[in-house]
Amino acid sequence: MSTRLRKRRAINAAMTCLCALGLAVALVPLVSVLWLVLSRGIAALNLDFFTALPSPVGEPGGGVGNAIAGTLYIVGIACLIGVPLGVGAGVFLAERGNGRVGDVIRFTAEVLSGVPSIIVGIVAYGLVVLPMKRFSAIAGGVALAVLMIPTLARSTEELVRLVPGSLREASLALGVPEWRTSLRVILRTALGGIMTAALLAVARAAGETAPLLFTSLNNQYWNWRADQPTASLTVQIFNYAVSPYENWHDKAWAAALVLLLLVGGLSLAARVLTRQRFGARQ
Amino acid sequence: MQPASETLAARRPGRLTRIAEPARRNFADRAWAALLTILGVTVFVVALFIVYALCKLSAGVLRHTGLAAFVLNSQWDVVRDVYGALPFIYGTLVTSVVALFIALPVSVGLALFLTEMSPPGVRSLISFPISLLAGIPSVVYGLWGLFVLVPVLRTKVEPFLAATLGFLPLFRGTPVGLGYLAAGMILAIMILPTITSISIEVLRTVPMSLREAALALGATRWEAIRMAVLPFARAGILGATILGLGRALGETMAVTMVIGNSPTISASLFAPGYSLPAVIANEFAEASGALQTGALAALGLILFAVTLLLNIAARLLVRISTRGPVRGAA
Repeated sequence: MSTRLRKRRAINAAMTCLCALGLAVALVPLVSVLWLVLSRGIAALNLDFFTALPSPVGEPGGGVGNAIAGTLYIVGIACLIGVPLGVGAGVFLAERGNGRVGDVIRFTAEVLSGVPSIIVGIVAYGLVVLPMKRFSAIAGGVALAVLMIPTLARSTEELVRLVPGSLREASLALGVPEWRTSLRVILRTALGGIMTAALLAVARAAGETAPLLFTSLNNQYWNWRADQPTASLTVQIFNYAVSPYENWHDKAWAAALVLLLLVGGLSLAARVLTRQRFGARQ
Repeated sequence: MQPASETLAARRPGRLTRIAEPARRNFADRAWAALLTILGVTVFVVALFIVYALCKLSAGVLRHTGLAAFVLNSQWDVVRDVYGALPFIYGTLVTSVVALFIALPVSVGLALFLTEMSPPGVRSLISFPISLLAGIPSVVYGLWGLFVLVPVLRTKVEPFLAATLGFLPLFRGTPVGLGYLAAGMILAIMILPTITSISIEVLRTVPMSLREAALALGATRWEAIRMAVLPFARAGILGATILGLGRALGETMAVTMVIGNSPTISASLFAPGYSLPAVIANEFAEASGALQTGALAALGLILFAVTLLLNIAARLLVRISTRGPVRGAA
């Protein structure tokens, strides 16, 4: 073997190792984050943590019950606004989006999905908080909905486009009007996939902090009124983490564990849903 | 019998013309089409609302100081109502460049490893942890950064960098932990999945015949990648990088928690700084008066304009190089 060939092979091996090293570098922070949230979170977790109100500094006990409820509440509002709009826009793109208008909207949705979430917070502040003259759960819900719409529209479009054209043609040939074909045949077929996409969008929305900081703000108590400031898990984690108190840091880790379980549970549900759907079809 | 079949025969041609002629479709179909169009146009309206709200909120302060003065002023003094965006723009750029510097080689290497080098089983095994990495909320990254990364940087990494690369102004000064370097590293971890997954997508579109031709000419695997695969995928990887950069510029919580929150400009990466999203996150809720709110919204407007341009450029690049709509990009 010539020296030149040996050198080339050595470079090949070295580059392969370097690329494999990339894998290790990517996995180290992931493992570290998950391990620390798990170990430090479990240490501070108890049943009270899920049901009790936050306790003042120095006082033992207390929980984030209101923040868990608040996150679900705000995300619920976001779903009510965001899912119909996002799915509807997606159906529009798939069914009638082949022209100029469709192209513009598709591109807008793509670009919107890259807008920083804090910007959406400012927008919700300007459009909801200022006119209402107060921070509210609904402002937070609007912000999260705006974040959900573009991604949901894009994934719905893809899912609707996956429905075989023969199904539509069969339905139309039987004399079913177009709108019923869309609703009862096309959407019905794509429904499982759309639900998965919606669950993923909800999971992502539940993990957002920045758009909630100055829309739903925070609340030390239980709140079920949509026009009042509302606590959320993510904002609570942020406040606990940047506070100077050791015991609040522990609570931040525990709340982070709860948040990861919530977000992870939703993503897992989406995955199971997808698998079931494909399992049923095969 | 006779009349019934007669009406059927009479109706049939009418139906056929109705299908062939969209203008005379029945009311329900037209209503459905109109509803879908409204829902679709909503996406565009949302975009208009974003621009409108940002412009409306920031109009006052921009008229008060002027855009150029606002961007170039490095003073941020809420008490005296002096607002300058320069420290935040600087901090955002520095942290994003640090993030790209770390994340780009790692994620392109990882993408190459998964598409070109590893057996297919490994790829599907690894795709799950990578998506997991993308799914962790940013506030959790911030928490980890604050209590794990920052102490390590302060006690180990920064003293080491100062000792070995201290001749560069980048690595001088007291190791604080909180600062540009910490923020950049957190950002690198957060944009890694974005760049990796889009790069994988781009690399998959490289025709197999290019690799086969290079290998058949006697190239090693790395040479085939360097001479055949990478040149073909260059535009797409550039697009992926710009999308990652867009995410890094706008990332809020993790940066807010580790950057140190000091509206100053320092050459050293160890020094605490501030970024556009971080100052908005910290000051917006407690802004005193319309002028400060407006100044923060104007920072948001700058951030929005920059990320918008980057996103448009990146989408076009990725679209050109994969020749079709990108899937699951964001």
